Amino acid sequence: MTQADGLADFGHDPWWLILAKVLAVFVFLLLMTIFAIWYERRVVGRMQVRPGPNRNGPFGLLQSLADGLKLIFKEEIIPRTADRVVYFLAPVISGVCAFTAFAVIPFGPTVSIFGHRSPLQLADLPVAVLVVLACSSIGVYGIVLAGWASGSTYPLLGALRSSAQMISYEVAMGLSIVAVFMTAGTMSTSEIVAAQADAQRLVLFGQEITIPGWYAVLLIPSFLIYFISAVGETNRAPFDLPEAESELVGGFHTEYSSMKFMMFYLAEYINMITISGLCVTLFLGGWHAPWPLTLWSGANSGWLPLVWFTAKLLLLLFVFVWLRGTLPRLRYDQFMRLGWKVLLPVNLAWIVMLAGIKVIQRESLDGSVRTTIIAGVAVVLLLVVTLWPAAKEPEPMLGMPDPAGRIGGADGFPLPPLDLQVPPSPRAMPTPVPATAADTGSDGAEDSTGEEA
Amino acid sequence: MSLALETLAQSTVPTGEVVTFWILAPIALACALGMVLARNAVHSALFLVVTMLCLGVFYMVQAGPFLGFVQIIVYTGAIMMLFLFVLMLVGRDSAEAVIEVLRGQRIAAVVLGGGLAALLGTGAVRALRATTATGLEAANADGNVQAIAQLLFTRYVFAFEVTSALLITAAVGAMVLAHVTRPKAERVGQTARMLARFAPGGSPAPKPGPGVFATSNSIATPALLPDGTPAERSISAVVPTRDLTPEEAAPKGTQGNQEGQQ
Repeated sequence: MTQADGLADFGHDPWWLILAKVLAVFVFLLLMTIFAIWYERRVVGRMQVRPGPNRNGPFGLLQSLADGLKLIFKEEIIPRTADRVVYFLAPVISGVCAFTAFAVIPFGPTVSIFGHRSPLQLADLPVAVLVVLACSSIGVYGIVLAGWASGSTYPLLGALRSSAQMISYEVAMGLSIVAVFMTAGTMSTSEIVAAQADAQRLVLFGQEITIPGWYAVLLIPSFLIYFISAVGETNRAPFDLPEAESELVGGFHTEYSSMKFMMFYLAEYINMITISGLCVTLFLGGWHAPWPLTLWSGANSGWLPLVWFTAKLLLLLFVFVWLRGTLPRLRYDQFMRLGWKVLLPVNLAWIVMLAGIKVIQRESLDGSVRTTIIAGVAVVLLLVVTLWPAAKEPEPMLGMPDPAGRIGGADGFPLPPLDLQVPPSPRAMPTPVPATAADTGSDGAEDSTGEEA
Repeated sequence: MSLALETLAQSTVPTGEVVTFWILAPIALACALGMVLARNAVHSALFLVVTMLCLGVFYMVQAGPFLGFVQIIVYTGAIMMLFLFVLMLVGRDSAEAVIEVLRGQRIAAVVLGGGLAALLGTGAVRALRATTATGLEAANADGNVQAIAQLLFTRYVFAFEVTSALLITAAVGAMVLAHVTRPKAERVGQTARMLARFAPGGSPAPKPGPGVFATSNSIATPALLPDGTPAERSISAVVPTRDLTPEEAAPKGTQGNQEGQQ
């Protein structure tokens, strides 16, 4: 395969080094999964004022290991109506896709490994970011086929929801990455990280200002849309509709047990780690050290960037857990409306705006042409704002209740207040006590005349 | 064509590419056959997915990584997923009918399919006869993605835009045909519904379900009101009313009524 100049470091490793890198990525993902499960349970526990797992090992660190071992030795139950081949294939597809996607995430700069200069990244391509998108889109098959092959209603419903959700949010996610491609001028992950290395100089209203090179700052809308759609893409709360426990039992993996269930669980966490890793790579400067640390010149060389990368990854995982601990699950139609009617149009408008800014910033552009373009855009925006149809007034309600709070006169039922304001209690009003009520005061302590009895 | 063949003959194919081809080509062919021959619609779709994945890998191996990944993301990931979506809703046990509905349908299909393939093949050959292959080095000189982008947005921009307009028209057309718009006046809001519930003739509390406080838990048995009369509106209008047999009508063995069991 022909490679661009920026990828010259790749493709020269001896076979043992490639094998070692594959193994390292595999072990990193497994360890991160075990850690992330513990981390999530501890953080959610902390947010809910309870300790979380704390029995196995120091701080309960070995809890997920124990859970994993228990899961392996559990009995495997396959439903009688299952389509056996597809039922077996589904978790395999999920797992393989989850592991593959991490191959293109850069962990660090070029280092020396046993005398070989090699980048801390398994593979890179001119279109490396597309590898992650391709893996996640194939990973949907695992979920959909699991739901279908189970031969059961709840998994099928979960699978349908999941496929619709992942396809919708993949569109938003793919579009949010476009802005990064436009700014970095490449689709290779290592080159995108390199493009974020230096602070950028921006000329704004004639003044030159220095802004950090991270795309999370330069391209804030893209970053926010990416993160929201990443939560949707990984089926995490508040977008965990495919496995909404209260509606669908367990979603697509209701009928799965033992190793196969573990595979789905593993894939879900690895997907979360991959999506966070891609977010770090695309928006948070990759393995580069954050600002105060960059004052020390050795921060971005050698093996140390591995620490910065992992720290950023854990920070993003914390946000995932934070969201889960804070937000209630969305309703399905609200969720789809957010994806298609909010994230997508905002994203498109932002990309067009960014392209416009890039054209205006071009130095070959004449000054008067630039002013004309800016004025034209401002006029169009003003027109849109003024001519935008105003929201319709809500129509007056028919058949409102009478002053006594009833609808339909004495035949109707007393109506609860529509504005959710609790009306003053009739008992609290100073009304004279009827003589008959005082005689029958023995049948209720709640009665206003109860204390007389 | 002859020029292109000569260029092909001169260049040597890397070993990795040859190995990939001989592993994936049989798989792709076998899955293409499996797609046609599979009885179950979902299995058929899955075979097609594997064939598409193999095609994607072929594109990547032949120095077209962008095309390869787009093939996987768009065709395998999105379009086939939508197919699968519909197929799953049809029902998992619906196998293809084996009976030939039209006489001679299969032979006609084979002949027409072969004819279409021959037509496309000869068309491609005739169109490419005079074309000289420039080679991958020249085509990918500025990078694969950049080369595709340049062609797409300069030379073929009209074809590109026309195709996208066609697809958008098709999508909007499908929406217009399938989407049922309800006029604004017919829509009933939450507040109006609640007012209607509390008005005379409505019921503020949920209606009783069938079989509630009744002697049977069948959905055909009406609920009993506090005075013992059956509540007819607890039965769905769709459920046919039928007389219960004496066994069905007899009180079941509940906690307070054990003698019904004996």
